[in-house]
Amino acid sequence: MAQVQTDELNVPFSWPTEGVTRVPFRLFSDPEIHACEQERIFRGPVWHYLCLDIDVPNAGNYKSATIGETPIVVTRDENGVLHGLVNRCSHKGALVCLKDRGHAKDLTCVYHSWSYDLKGQLQSIAFRKGLNGGGGMPDDFDVAQHRLQAIRIEMFCGIVFGTFDAEIPSVGDYLGPEMSQMIRRNFGRPLKRLGMHSQIIHNNWKLYAENLRDSYHATILHTFYTTFNVNRLDMDGGIIMSDSKWHHYSYAKRSTVRNAKEYQDDNVHSAQYESKLHGPHLLDPVDEYDDGITHAIQAIFPCLCFQYTLNSLAVRFFRPLGVDKTELFWIYLGYEDDDEEMTRRRLRQSNLTGAAGLVSLEDGCINEFVQRGTRGSEDVSAFLEMGGRDVEPSKNSRATEVAIRGFWTGYRRIMGFE
Amino acid sequence: MATDTKNCRRQVEDFLLDCAYALDDDQLESWPDFFTEDAVYQIIPRKSYEQNLPLGILYCEGKGMMLDRINALRTANIFEPHTHCHILSLPRISARVDGGFQARTNFNVIRTKQDGAMEIYAAGKYIDEIVVEDDKPLFRDRRVVLESHRIDILLVVPL
Repeated sequence: MAQVQTDELNVPFSWPTEGVTRVPFRLFSDPEIHACEQERIFRGPVWHYLCLDIDVPNAGNYKSATIGETPIVVTRDENGVLHGLVNRCSHKGALVCLKDRGHAKDLTCVYHSWSYDLKGQLQSIAFRKGLNGGGGMPDDFDVAQHRLQAIRIEMFCGIVFGTFDAEIPSVGDYLGPEMSQMIRRNFGRPLKRLGMHSQIIHNNWKLYAENLRDSYHATILHTFYTTFNVNRLDMDGGIIMSDSKWHHYSYAKRSTVRNAKEYQDDNVHSAQYESKLHGPHLLDPVDEYDDGITHAIQAIFPCLCFQYTLNSLAVRFFRPLGVDKTELFWIYLGYEDDDEEMTRRRLRQSNLTGAAGLVSLEDGCINEFVQRGTRGSEDVSAFLEMGGRDVEPSKNSRATEVAIRGFWTGYRRIMGFE
Repeated sequence: MATDTKNCRRQVEDFLLDCAYALDDDQLESWPDFFTEDAVYQIIPRKSYEQNLPLGILYCEGKGMMLDRINALRTANIFEPHTHCHILSLPRISARVDGGFQARTNFNVIRTKQDGAMEIYAAGKYIDEIVVEDDKPLFRDRRVVLESHRIDILLVVPL
């Protein structure tokens, strides 16, 4: 893999000596580092979320996706085999697939009618022999020599991952056993799409990656979490991390809430809210698992998250649209065998999260506040010592920034910023 | 109130405008009163609506959930101050056999942020079922179908 060394950046970059307890604000605004991330992370040895198996259920189905800025299309060929292809014609580079999802026999570029099968192999082109005895491709033109660029893909628990890297081990290895087990818990049954939307957040993508791992903020900023005992730091819960440190999940068990006095004593805004609902059926959860976990947020490096908030199951993923703009997708799911009441329960509970989420809408602006607040302070760093300075799993407490330190541990490693 | 579409048009139009202007004028506490007790209010992207996917961006089953939304945004949720300005089209109204009305109204919402930035925040259509209770029109079902599945920053004030 071609690597730009840290000191090859036009403005040399060095991480503060305190390590991952400090995060230079320059990382959120430097276009050169942003370009570097495209190469080292998005086209590098990382598995990226592409879509769900149920997005392409039948032969001939396709679904558009992206890895970083690169457009991808996932197809299911006539034999039912999935393929990941760069959505770029091998002729002039135009998109060959224009729709978000659909069904097709082939992928044909509208520009010059170069037509590919669902494996990405070129089948035919327009006017190959020319017209009226003139023009056309040279005699040695061979369609077999042209195809859409294929990427590696792999399915894990109904989730389709892709990578540009030929060497990295399987998705299961990438996730590690703890992360894999939690995904199997939530995705190990046939799924059903319930709906999706996206949200533009005006901040660097890594601020949202941090935000997902920030169990310290969740019950302070998001008043609704605390008031309605959806998620509080005085419930049994903890943070599990992969060996690689860059994935984590944070979980809580609602039935164990203790109403700790620190929420009152520290004058936490979220604990001051009058906790009575006029529509109590908003929170009408049922236990779907016997492990007592009622809330779990799982972040998979770099841009993927699985949410299990009461009975609201969702995939979140985000993609950078520039150094200070990110699109965050919310894909809500149920299980195929949900009855109508269960689907309505998931619909009601979906009010908790998403762009209008009672416990998440603040994240639409809080990361932008950091983006704006750090302008002109590229040489200053964030301070992340809550819960200590280590990057070890925090089995009993979520009053910690350990998972954020874990993200930066992985980020430094893959970016060569060590 | 009249029950045929010709004579009720004026009242339905006023009702639709009153609801939009109550939101624009920050009279949010009165917003649930435009609905019947068990009304459904949903904001959903057009794509999902047309694919018959049930889940959108915001979903209230009954007035209580609407009231909770307003209480939450007044006291719990944190966001930058902004205002909305609704621009409504003329509604297309048809009578229902049960005495209610069905109305479709296109809308734009222009959002102005505290720094003065102003943009089209949402465009779409209201698909409404309106019933008359005690001579007053009320929404029994209001689907706010957004042209885009993409929300800029966040959605906190109902549309």
